[in-house]
Amino acid sequence: MTGTLESTGIASREMFEKLLPSPERRARGPYIVMECYEEIPCNPCSTSCPFHAVHMDNINDLPQCDIDKCTGCGSCVGRCPGLACFVIDETVGDGKVKITFPYEMVPLPAVGDQVDALGRDGEVVGKAEIVRVLSTEKLDHTSIITMLVDKELLYDARNIRCE
Amino acid sequence: MRITKHPVLKFEQGKMVPFTFEGQTLEGIEGEPIAAALHANGIRELRDHKGRPRGLFCAIGNCSSCLMEVNGIPNVRVCTEPLKEGMIVKKQKGYGSLLGGGEG
Amino acid sequence: MKFSDVVIIGGGPAGMSAALAAAEAGVRVTMMDRFSEPGGQLVKQTHRFFGSEHERAGTRGIEIVEILRKQIEENPLIEVKKNTDVLGIYSDRVITFEEDHVYGRMTAGKIIIATGASEKMLQFENNDLPGVYGAGAVQTLMNVYGIQPGQRVLMIGAGNIGLIVSYQLLQAGAQVAAIVEAAPRIGGYKVHASKVRRFGVPIYTKTTIKAALGDHRVTGAVLADMDDKFQIIPGTEREIEVDTICIAVGLAPLSELLVHSGAEMHYVPQLGGFVPVRDEYLETTAPGVYVAGDVSCIEEATAAMLEGSIAGVSAAIASGMNRPELIAKREEFVEQLAILRSGAAGKKIRDGLKLIARREQN
Repeated sequence: MTGTLESTGIASREMFEKLLPSPERRARGPYIVMECYEEIPCNPCSTSCPFHAVHMDNINDLPQCDIDKCTGCGSCVGRCPGLACFVIDETVGDGKVKITFPYEMVPLPAVGDQVDALGRDGEVVGKAEIVRVLSTEKLDHTSIITMLVDKELLYDARNIRCE
Repeated sequence: MRITKHPVLKFEQGKMVPFTFEGQTLEGIEGEPIAAALHANGIRELRDHKGRPRGLFCAIGNCSSCLMEVNGIPNVRVCTEPLKEGMIVKKQKGYGSLLGGGEG
Repeated sequence: MKFSDVVIIGGGPAGMSAALAAAEAGVRVTMMDRFSEPGGQLVKQTHRFFGSEHERAGTRGIEIVEILRKQIEENPLIEVKKNTDVLGIYSDRVITFEEDHVYGRMTAGKIIIATGASEKMLQFENNDLPGVYGAGAVQTLMNVYGIQPGQRVLMIGAGNIGLIVSYQLLQAGAQVAAIVEAAPRIGGYKVHASKVRRFGVPIYTKTTIKAALGDHRVTGAVLADMDDKFQIIPGTEREIEVDTICIAVGLAPLSELLVHSGAEMHYVPQLGGFVPVRDEYLETTAPGVYVAGDVSCIEEATAAMLEGSIAGVSAAIASGMNRPELIAKREEFVEQLAILRSGAAGKKIRDGLKLIARREQN
């Protein structure tokens, strides 16, 4: 992968890794990763957070998350207009990791489905097992899906292909 | 082609009514723009401008690309004109004529 | 002749917000709109909006339009003229229009022009072939009428509209073969770019369309690389098979009625084209004529709604409703808009507005 986020629309591994919390926090439970790398006038991530963990002085700032307040609940995943919030859970063991992401396509997957995990460029990067599908009226057509993937795919896996 | 499954939107199926395009009987949803009904039937070529085919461009009544002859009246913006039962829709040739048909 | 305190031309996000702000201040409002229902281009915005909670951030445009329509319907001070094309603005704020194909006239105490924008065209061989659409047209077909315009689409332009419409094409079940962008960078928000990339849509920067292919309908396109001076690099041409070409190279203000009104106009590229000189409360140099939304500067719906609110309150205040709480409310709207535009994304707009600000009157 060559090029930058500005020319490809794909954030680099280095950009992503800067967002990761401390190893201790990662070992403790699910946490949010806000892949919001550009200052845009927007703040639903901060106003939707039930734990007041996401902070912004000015609406144009990048969101700052107090990761010790964040429980990885995923409220912001369904509210972010940029679909840029992901919950990662590295505590599942077995060489696996859970990634929770927003999904606005049809058809929806079902819990238990084995699907292709797609990378940031839409190419297949591995297999994913769907472990949770949240699709309520309050979510207003943005479903929240959790997939189980190999932990090597922490950076890569961001989408799925549902036939 | 009509969209049948959509993650956000629901499209209510309105009343289907017949109309003719270039003498051929087609069906569309009453009240939808004529251009939408034609697109649903796979027709995208709406008029002939000095030998060049033209279709829909802006879909909101700004651009004049989609002028057709409807019930004998030329220069109808079919992107906004609602479809009614029995409408006679024809490709417009050139600038259209008040007497109907091609350029007078 | 019939008279209304405030006549608003255009019932999109700016016009609807202006109508509500003016009517809530206590003046009688007539809002004219070309379509059978107000809403403008909000009716096809299926994505969630940016902004803050004041501006209904995180809500989809299609839901915002329902909220505004309901408020307008319930407000007894607002009359909506539907299916109405405004034909001209004459001296003393006489407005002529065609309502349901019948000619009419009325006068207004104040006029707010909120006519929006039209899509810009791009020059290339065969750009008039059926199957070449403006991005807004594709959105209208899909999201308003439920029609998929094509199976395999080429998107020209990686600004926010190009990126958002590409995503909506995927939601409607179409394939997006590629997004091409002449500039070396993606112009739209990167979160929108990432969204479409995750579904395998390539974005080719420094690339343009050289020609559309096809006889009676689009069957493909010729793409080519561009150099730093936006010239095609010979020998880089290649064909791509698509049945639809979607042009998203920007919008231009629909400013004809502002010109009618006699407002002083200037060409300001940062704001999208010919725009009127205006003061901070959006009054133009034509007395009693205000401007709001994309016709004032090409921005997005959140800013358009705030501009509408400012123009609506201002028109009411100037109509005699100069109560302190309204003046305070107007300052709040002005400040909210300034905050919205204060970041990196708003720089171009800020630069453009400096060029067009109406100097203080002596």
